Amino acid sequence: METLEEMIVSHPFWAGLNPRFLDLLKKCATFQRFDVGQSIFQEGGNADHFYLIQKGRVTLHAFVPGRGTVTVQTVGGGDALGWSWLFPPHQWHFSAHSSDPTEAIVFDAKVLRDEAEQNHDFGYELTRRVSKMLLQRLQETRLLLVDFYGFAS
Amino acid sequence: MLPQAFCIQKRRSETLDTFTLEIEPTKNNRPFGFAPGQFNMLYVFGVGEVPISICADPRSKSLMHTTRVVGPVTKAMSKLRRGNILGVRGPFGSSWPIEQLDGRDVVVVAGGIGLAPLRGALHQLVRRRKKLGKLVFLYGARTPDDILYSRELEPWQHKGLHIEVTVDRAPSSWLGHVGVVTTLIQRAPFDPGNTVAMICGPEVMMRYTVFELQKRGVPAASIFLSIERNMKCAVGFCGHCQFGPEFVCKDGPIFRYDRIANWFGIREL
Repeated sequence: METLEEMIVSHPFWAGLNPRFLDLLKKCATFQRFDVGQSIFQEGGNADHFYLIQKGRVTLHAFVPGRGTVTVQTVGGGDALGWSWLFPPHQWHFSAHSSDPTEAIVFDAKVLRDEAEQNHDFGYELTRRVSKMLLQRLQETRLLLVDFYGFAS
Repeated sequence: MLPQAFCIQKRRSETLDTFTLEIEPTKNNRPFGFAPGQFNMLYVFGVGEVPISICADPRSKSLMHTTRVVGPVTKAMSKLRRGNILGVRGPFGSSWPIEQLDGRDVVVVAGGIGLAPLRGALHQLVRRRKKLGKLVFLYGARTPDDILYSRELEPWQHKGLHIEVTVDRAPSSWLGHVGVVTTLIQRAPFDPGNTVAMICGPEVMMRYTVFELQKRGVPAASIFLSIERNMKCAVGFCGHCQFGPEFVCKDGPIFRYDRIANWFGIREL
């Protein structure tokens, strides 16, 4: 079984990270399993953790009056879950639950934020990686807007 | 080339705007073989003719075409029923490189009704499973209700096809992925250096799929696409389907990406 340190180092989100930041990450990380259907966070709740998915699948969803619960996106092994923890007001915009048995590395978001404020080298590494994730999600969302599967009539 | 008369044996609705016709030659006409990826010109008498990919398993004795209602000919075709006659010219064009895949990993990426031209190839690939490396099928559709051939996915999976299906929008009852099909490529289980990719879908979907495959390390010469253009004569005379120096009806519709990369994505083409 992989140690927490090995999991952190091998996760794509932290690929190429300077090893001097590893101790900090280890100290604020835990390993968690989520059963199928288990809630990970709720819309409006405090965004006080950052999740890196190791295995499984997580569904992000929103409740739409008149339509019920609508799935917004799914993320899986190798993906990062959520960015609301990094930016005020630190509240989740969507809800998330595991749709497969899921394993994740869970970081204490306040420790990451405080360290990023005090140590700008770490802050740069963190925001660069979160920005890359944001860019990828933005591009995916834009592809949804162009009607990806619609053939010309 | 004159159309031959084929009789509709079965008609079924696939999704809200797509339907499948199974057809066989009338008694004065002979059946013909085809390779997956090729297309036929289907003629609705008195209305017009349209190019439609053959989606049948090549071992099947019937021809099968899945069509989306987009214009007057396909609208008229959607109203045909069992026993009605359809004119057929074909088969035309190039096919998927099934025979060249032994020992390679194969990734098939389809978007929406783009699965239809790949259906016959998937049947063949599953039959050749033991000769291939990893066999991965990534499919994207707008919603769960827009998934084509949904009843065939599970049997394919049991025969060794690794399948990932994703949709743009879904109710909470949907247990699969949500997001565009390109998001599945980075984590799909294949060795990029030893992979052949086969893609069919709207051009925008294929463009970004090629981008993601190349980002993962799949060479341009190992990527094959099915291109759709305005095909009329189907034998390279009329020029309606010219694509750079190629005619899609005659040189395509299946192209190796490195041979068309210069033309792919040019708006005027």
